[in-house]
Amino acid sequence: MKKLRRNTAVLLAVLSALTVALSGCGAGSKAGKGSSVTVGIANDIDSLDPNKTVSAGTREVLFNIYEGLVKPDKDGNLVPAVASAYTISDDAMTYTFTIRDGVKFQDGSTVTADDAVYSIERCADASSGNPLAPAFSQIDSVTAPDSRTVVVKLKDANSDFLSYLTTAVVPKADTDLNSEPIGTGPYKVVSRSPQESIVLQKFTDYWGNSIADTKGTGATPASIENITLKIITDPAMLVTDLKGGAVDLMIHMNATQTAQLGSGFTVAEGTMNLVQALYLNNKVAPFDKKEVRQALCYALDRKPVFEAVSDGKGTAVGSSVYPSYKKYFMPGLADAYATDTAKAKELLAEAGYPDGFTFTITVPSNYQQHIDTAQVLSEELKQIGVTAEIKQVEWETWLSDVYQNRNYDATVIGVDASTLSAPALLGRFVSTASDNFTNYSNADYDSTYEEAVRSTDDTAKTEAYKKCEQILSDDAANVYIQDLPDFVGMNSRVSGYTFYPLYVMDLSALKLAQ
Amino acid sequence: MKAVIGRLISMVVTVLLISFVAFMAFSLIPGDPALTILGGQADPAKVEALRQQMGLNDPVLIRYGRWLAGFLHGDMGSSYQYDMPVADLLADKIPITLTLTLEAFLLMILFSIPLGLYTAKHEGGPADRFIVVFNQIIMAIPPFFSGILITWIFGMLLHWFTPGGYVSWETDFGAFLGYLFFPALAIALPKTAMAVKLLRSSVLVEAGRDYTRTAYSRGNTTNGVLYYHVLKNAVLPVLTFLGMTLADMVAGSIIIEQVFGIPGLGRTLLSSIGNRDYPVIEAIIILIAVIVVLSGLIVDILYQALDPQIRVE
Repeated sequence: MKKLRRNTAVLLAVLSALTVALSGCGAGSKAGKGSSVTVGIANDIDSLDPNKTVSAGTREVLFNIYEGLVKPDKDGNLVPAVASAYTISDDAMTYTFTIRDGVKFQDGSTVTADDAVYSIERCADASSGNPLAPAFSQIDSVTAPDSRTVVVKLKDANSDFLSYLTTAVVPKADTDLNSEPIGTGPYKVVSRSPQESIVLQKFTDYWGNSIADTKGTGATPASIENITLKIITDPAMLVTDLKGGAVDLMIHMNATQTAQLGSGFTVAEGTMNLVQALYLNNKVAPFDKKEVRQALCYALDRKPVFEAVSDGKGTAVGSSVYPSYKKYFMPGLADAYATDTAKAKELLAEAGYPDGFTFTITVPSNYQQHIDTAQVLSEELKQIGVTAEIKQVEWETWLSDVYQNRNYDATVIGVDASTLSAPALLGRFVSTASDNFTNYSNADYDSTYEEAVRSTDDTAKTEAYKKCEQILSDDAANVYIQDLPDFVGMNSRVSGYTFYPLYVMDLSALKLAQ
Repeated sequence: MKAVIGRLISMVVTVLLISFVAFMAFSLIPGDPALTILGGQADPAKVEALRQQMGLNDPVLIRYGRWLAGFLHGDMGSSYQYDMPVADLLADKIPITLTLTLEAFLLMILFSIPLGLYTAKHEGGPADRFIVVFNQIIMAIPPFFSGILITWIFGMLLHWFTPGGYVSWETDFGAFLGYLFFPALAIALPKTAMAVKLLRSSVLVEAGRDYTRTAYSRGNTTNGVLYYHVLKNAVLPVLTFLGMTLADMVAGSIIIEQVFGIPGLGRTLLSSIGNRDYPVIEAIIILIAVIVVLSGLIVDILYQALDPQIRVE
C-alpha cells in the first residue's frame, strides 16, 4: 500500500519536472540576434512567382522582393526603379526606358535590357496559363535596341500603361521563380514553409543601398536585417501572438482587435484602399431599373455601418475610386444621395415596386466587415419596405458564383486596385470588360472611358475619368459605402510602418526602436 | 494469420471507399480550382483553358480513376496551391501532427494508469471522491476550450510558453517538443479523465473476482496483485477505448493546431479545402483513414496477445 503511494508520487513528480523542463525550452529560443523582426500575415502566399500570384496579400509581400521598371512610392506616384529614366511619346504609344546602371539581381547577376524585355514578354505571353492583367494584350512589341534601353510599343494609345510596367523584372535565365525567386528588391527570400512562414533577408547588393539621395527614385534601402513573415490564419490568434511576443507587427487588424492590445503597443491607422459597396447585378430585375438602384442609395445611412464595422471610423465613398487615390477621388459624390427614406419610397413606387421587393445579398463568410455591413444594410432597407436576405458563402463559392458566373442579386465586397491607375478601378464597368461582375452597361460610360484611356493630355484625361465616376454615381450603378480603416499593431521593438495608397507592405521602411 | 490478412483486405476496401466518397463530395460543392489559381482578374477563356489542362472538365469518375491509378503507383499528384508534389508538402507536416498526437497519447497513458489504480484502491476515500468529481468536469471540457484556457493561463499570465511561438522541429527539436507540450495536454485532458474512469471501474470489477482473492492468499502484496494480476485483466476493456482514442486524437490535433497556431496537417487540410486543392485534401483524408483503421487493427492484435482466448476473426 505504502509502496504504491510512493510510486505514484514519484511518477507525478517526474511528470511535473518534465512539464517545467519542456516548457522551459519553448520560451528562450527567440533571443534576438542582430536585427530580426517577425511580422504576422493573415494568409499564406499563393506563389513566389510574381506573374502567377493573384491574391492581394501575396502582392503585398512580393513588393519587397521584386521591382518593376518603375514602382509606386508612398504618395502614389510612379517613380523610376530598375529603369533610371523613361519617356512617353506624344501619341502615348511608345514608352522608352533606360535601365539603371549597376542594378543587380539577388543571384548576383546584373540586370540588362534583355532581362526587362523577357520579363514583359513573359507577362504578355497568352499561352503560358499565367494570370495576367488584360492590359498586356495591348503590347505590339518590346525591343532592346541596346543593352540599356527598352522600347515598348503599344497597338493603341494608352497613357496609363506606365502603371503596368511596375511588373517584376526577372532574370532572363530564370528557372522556376516559385521555388527559386530572384528579383531586384531590397529583400530576398531565404526559405519558405507552406502554412508556416517565409523568411526574408536584406539583399546587400540592392541598388538602392548605394544611393545617397533616394528622393524621386524608387530606392527603399532596408534597415532590418532578417524578417520572418509568420502566417496566422486564425483571427483570434493574432492578438494573442502579438501580445505574447510571437510576432512584433501585425498588419490588417480591425478596431476590435487593436482595442485588446493595451499599453506597450503602437497602432498605426491607414485605409484599406478599396471601395466597399453593395454591388448590384445590373442585369437582374429589379436592379435593371435605375430608380430602384437610386432608391437603395437613398435608403443607405452610412453612420450605423461605420459604427458596426469599425468603431465609427471609415471614409464615405460615392463612386468607384477610393479616397487615398487623391488624383481622381471626388469627395463630393459621397453626398450625392443623402439619406431620405421618403424619396426612396417614391422612387420605388415610380419603378413599379410600391410595396418593395425581396432580394438576396451574397457575402463571402471570411470577411466579417462585409457581413456586418450587409446586416446593417438589411435593417436599413426594411425602412423602405425592401427585404434583403443575407446568404453567407465560402470565398471559393463567392469567386465562382458571384464574380465569375455573375449568378447573384447583390453582394457586399471591397474592390481594390491591382495597379495604381484609374483603369484598375474604373475599367471593370465598361460593358464589355471581362471583369465586369456587376453587368453594368452604359454606352455613355463606355465612350467616356475610351476617351480617357486614349487621351494624352493629363488634364483632359483626369477630367474624363472623373466624368466616369460621376456617371457611376448619377446612374447609381452600386450602393457605394466606404473605404475601411486599416490598422497595424506593433510592439515597442519596431517602428516606421508606412501606408501606401495601394495594397502594399513596405518592409524596408520598418526600423528597430532604439 | 489468415484472419489478419482478411482484416487487411477489408481495411484496404474501407480506405478506398472513403477516398471515393471524399472525391465525390468535393465534386458536388461549388468552387473552381482553376479560378482560384488564376484569380478574379483572369480572362474567362484562360480559366477554361486551364480547366482543360488540369483535366477538370472530365467526368468525375474518370478523374477519380486517374487519381487512383496515380495513387496506387505512389504518385499523389501535385498541390494546385503550392505547385509542388503532395508527398513533399505532407512529408513536412506529418511529423508535426504525429508528434503532437503521440505526445498527447503518452501524457494520457502516463497520467491515467496510476490515477486509475490509485482511485480504485482508495475507493470511497476523500481523494477518490475528489478525483471522480474533478474527472467529470475535465471530461466535459472540449480540447479547443481547454486549449484557450491553457493559452491564457500558462501563456499570457505565467509566461511558461509564448503563444503562437511555434518552433520548427528542424530548427530546434527540444523547443519543438516543448511547444507541443501544452497543445498535447489540451488534447490529453478529457481523454485522460475518461481513461481514469474506465480503468477505475474495470479494476473494481476485477478486484472482486476469485483469482484476486487467491492471489492475495498466496501472499502477494497489494501492488503485486494490482500491477501483475488485476491490471492485465482490467486493461482489456480500456484497450478498445485507447485504440479509438488514438484515432480520435489525430482528429483532435487538427482542431488544436488552429488554437495554438501549429502549422501541421490540420491547418494544411483547412487551407486546402478553402483553396479546392483536391490532391492535398484527398491525400490527408486517406492518411487519417489509414490511421483510424490501423489503430483498430492494432487493438485487435493486442487483445489477442493479452488474452489468447480471444481470436481475431
